[in-house]
Amino acid sequence: MSLPTALRVEDICKIFGRAVAVDHLSCEVRRGELLGIIGPNGSGKTTLVNLISGFLKPTSGRILYNGQDITRTAPHKIVGMGISRTFQMVRPFYRLPAYKNMIIPLYSPRVRQLAGGRYGDRNAVALDLLEEVGFERDANVAYKPAGTLPQGYLKRLELAKAIALSPDLLILDELFSGMSLAEVASIVPVIEKLRLAGKTIIMIEHRLKELFRIADRIMVLNYGQKIAEGTAAEVMESEAVKNAYLGSEE
Amino acid sequence: MKKRRERIDRGIKARSEDVYALCSWREMLYLAGPRLLPAAAFLLLPLFLGVYWQKVMISVAVFALLAISWDMLAQTGMISLGQALFFGMGAYVSGILNFYFGMPPWLTIPAATVLGGTLCTLILMPVLRLRGIYFSMVTLIIPLMLVRIIEATKIFGGTEGLSGMTPLPSTLTEIYLVTGVLLGVLFGLRRLMETDYGLVLKGIRDNDRSVTNAGINIYWFKTQALFISSTIGAFAGAFMTHVYMFVGMPVFALDYSILPIAAAVVGGSGTLAGAALGAVILVPLSEALRGIGGLRIVMYGLFLVVFIVAIPEGLFDYIQRKYHQKERWVEIDK
Amino acid sequence: MFAGTIVFALINSFILILMAIGFNLTFGISGVANFAYGALYAYMSWTMLNLLHLPFWASAALSIVLTMISGAMMYRFVLLRVRGQALSEVIATFGIGLAILELFRYLGLVGFEYTLPVFWNESFMIAGAYVDIQRIAIVLIGLMLVLGLWLFTHFTSTGLAFRGIAQDERTALTFGIDSDWIATLSVSFGAGLAAIAATIIIPLGSIAPNEGYDVLIKALAICIIGGLGSTGGVIVAGFIVGFAERFTDTYIGSQWTMIVSLAAILLVLAIKPSGLFGQQKELEERI
Ligand SMILES: Nc1ncnc2c1ncn2[C@@H]1O[C@H](COP(=O)(O)OP(=O)(O)OP(=O)(O)O)[C@@H](O)[C@H]1O
Ligand SMILES: [Mg+2]
Repeated sequence: MSLPTALRVEDICKIFGRAVAVDHLSCEVRRGELLGIIGPNGSGKTTLVNLISGFLKPTSGRILYNGQDITRTAPHKIVGMGISRTFQMVRPFYRLPAYKNMIIPLYSPRVRQLAGGRYGDRNAVALDLLEEVGFERDANVAYKPAGTLPQGYLKRLELAKAIALSPDLLILDELFSGMSLAEVASIVPVIEKLRLAGKTIIMIEHRLKELFRIADRIMVLNYGQKIAEGTAAEVMESEAVKNAYLGSEE
Repeated sequence: MKKRRERIDRGIKARSEDVYALCSWREMLYLAGPRLLPAAAFLLLPLFLGVYWQKVMISVAVFALLAISWDMLAQTGMISLGQALFFGMGAYVSGILNFYFGMPPWLTIPAATVLGGTLCTLILMPVLRLRGIYFSMVTLIIPLMLVRIIEATKIFGGTEGLSGMTPLPSTLTEIYLVTGVLLGVLFGLRRLMETDYGLVLKGIRDNDRSVTNAGINIYWFKTQALFISSTIGAFAGAFMTHVYMFVGMPVFALDYSILPIAAAVVGGSGTLAGAALGAVILVPLSEALRGIGGLRIVMYGLFLVVFIVAIPEGLFDYIQRKYHQKERWVEIDK
Repeated sequence: MFAGTIVFALINSFILILMAIGFNLTFGISGVANFAYGALYAYMSWTMLNLLHLPFWASAALSIVLTMISGAMMYRFVLLRVRGQALSEVIATFGIGLAILELFRYLGLVGFEYTLPVFWNESFMIAGAYVDIQRIAIVLIGLMLVLGLWLFTHFTSTGLAFRGIAQDERTALTFGIDSDWIATLSVSFGAGLAAIAATIIIPLGSIAPNEGYDVLIKALAICIIGGLGSTGGVIVAGFIVGFAERFTDTYIGSQWTMIVSLAAILLVLAIKPSGLFGQQKELEERI
């Protein structure tokens, strides 16, 4: 409990026209913690990520990162402060080879600043990072145009792009969906490693089993509201969660 | 017996991404040829041409510059329909500096290049925040409106324009100035677009959100691209003011917007060299077709449609492929 | 003089709205920016029909129909092939517009002999100003069109499909709306609106290729100020520019009217780049 707060969301709302996507939500993420967010489809998880990363501006409420108000900060500045996110719908540069996709985050002011203005070989760094997330070097996958890669690789490319920014807070939006069991198994250690390196991580997942194994804490959303929060076991016991998940199947 | 056409890359190591293993003069020539040839042509040709074709060559170079400046913007995802804005801005600034302040060409041209580019960038900067076709709409109407304004308010000579500018020393000076700049811009920008910086610019066109998500301020990068592009256009305008010794409303005319686009589209956008190639083809063609008058613009319009629908990659891409690949027919055994 | 200026400003506003509404409709529904817009069609069919020497009403109706058909054909044969590629769409429509306008310039179809007949050659005295019926017709037809458009998009199934596609193309597809067909219709309707506008506006002046560029400039200006794709925006922007132009014309000088429009555009771009009523769709798209 002594860990300092990394991210604090205060009473945030996002309304699209008449639809309330995020409804008076408050939550906190502590430094070095891995928070899992789950909830039925359309419960506002991605919208929450978009709000935190600055791609959407909230209708009301505040977001604080390390005590600093980032509610109306531009997305690229938020990345510069150390928050990076992956997209649920992958957004690669389809025409470029996978490793060239990595050049763009590596070119960002944040990375250049962290590198102390030294000029390194970005291509080499890109290939290393890709290997880390499972682009086998001997298979030359990294050289293929992103448009020709299967979904699992695109998801991993998305992760590699986020890691390339050496974020302090990493938000993974449904990273595992679209991946095979084996792929998930190979990515879990990558995430564990990031945690050991002290990164704060928010994971949004529908694959509960894998998530529960690595998450410290789980938050459950439904209709944009927080309906439960706690350890995996606590959350699954909650009546509200059972209703939300089972109720949605009726 | 069915046959199919097989395409094979010519066996030369130097074509791979960044390994340079040149073994012979032949290979070096193979690589350098396509670069040296046009450069040599631009530098030597003026010596053999008559005055008329020298003027045509100046025209080619100017439109090639405008086409390159258009292509540079297009590669960053901004589709301009008003290169005339850049051209006219440069032309008027250098004209004003020369006419009212008596500055000599070697001062007005660089000054107008920078000032004109800056003005255009400032005018268009707000539009950069918007995606999609706003940029095209605004670039299309601003030069047309500026014409009306000059016409109505009679500023800077109004419909008459300003004449009596200081000419450049000789036609050869003109040619070598403009072709020198053209070659510099062409090779320089091609190099630039291959760097990581260029990659970011191209990334903005493909997927601006991903670029933002990489912590890069896309507006700032777009502004830079716009500045580079409008500076090139402004140079062309500033230069032409001293060639014609005149500046007036025609510098904002649609011709300066359309011919560059046509050149870039015919030559193939996305390569810069294609844009220059397009100008090399279209400008003399349009000189040769001077007789048909207004039909020329009709022709450009149709060129645009046909090429964009049928051959969107343009001529340069085709030539490049033929140069780098062998083709042969192979039998398909069934 | 003041009252008279208001009357003419009102008329001017409706002229602008009529000019812009077709471009805006097409863009709002299918996202196609039709740079071959308006005057091009209108000009084309009108000139044709003038050459055929048909009676006014027949040629007006025929021209509107022909214009709509040519819009649909343009979509089917050209735009469909480059759909979704902004660069190609813009260049293709621009090229078509250019070719048509310049062809007419080349053929020399310019000047007063090709103007349209004025409906009725009478005029009224309104608020101390003579206003001919033609101008009153513009206001009335403008009002009817806006109202008709609203009814159409809210109460007919095609209209509802229009709005569905405009809001979310993919979702609309899942409801079995054929988005290509709707886009064809939208381009065609936009062209039709341009033809109607031309039918009632051109009698005030004469036909010339420059008119085509003018209409395009004005339509774009109105859409930029009002916010692309927003009908309300077009109406409001039409009134703003319409009044601003007329008042500068009367009280400052006619040469300043274009400056007012340009200033309005630059001002709006600087303050609210997506236009007064721009729906900010750009920023809130799904990620
Ligand atoms: N740009 C938008 N415009 C309008 N409505 C939106 C927009 N983005 C999301 N919504 C709506 O907001 C609600 C929440 O969507 P969101 O994408 O955040 O859900 P999610 O929890 O991420 O769902 P999933 O598990 O399917 O990814 C949904 O009802 C969705 O339709
Ligand atoms: Mg989601």
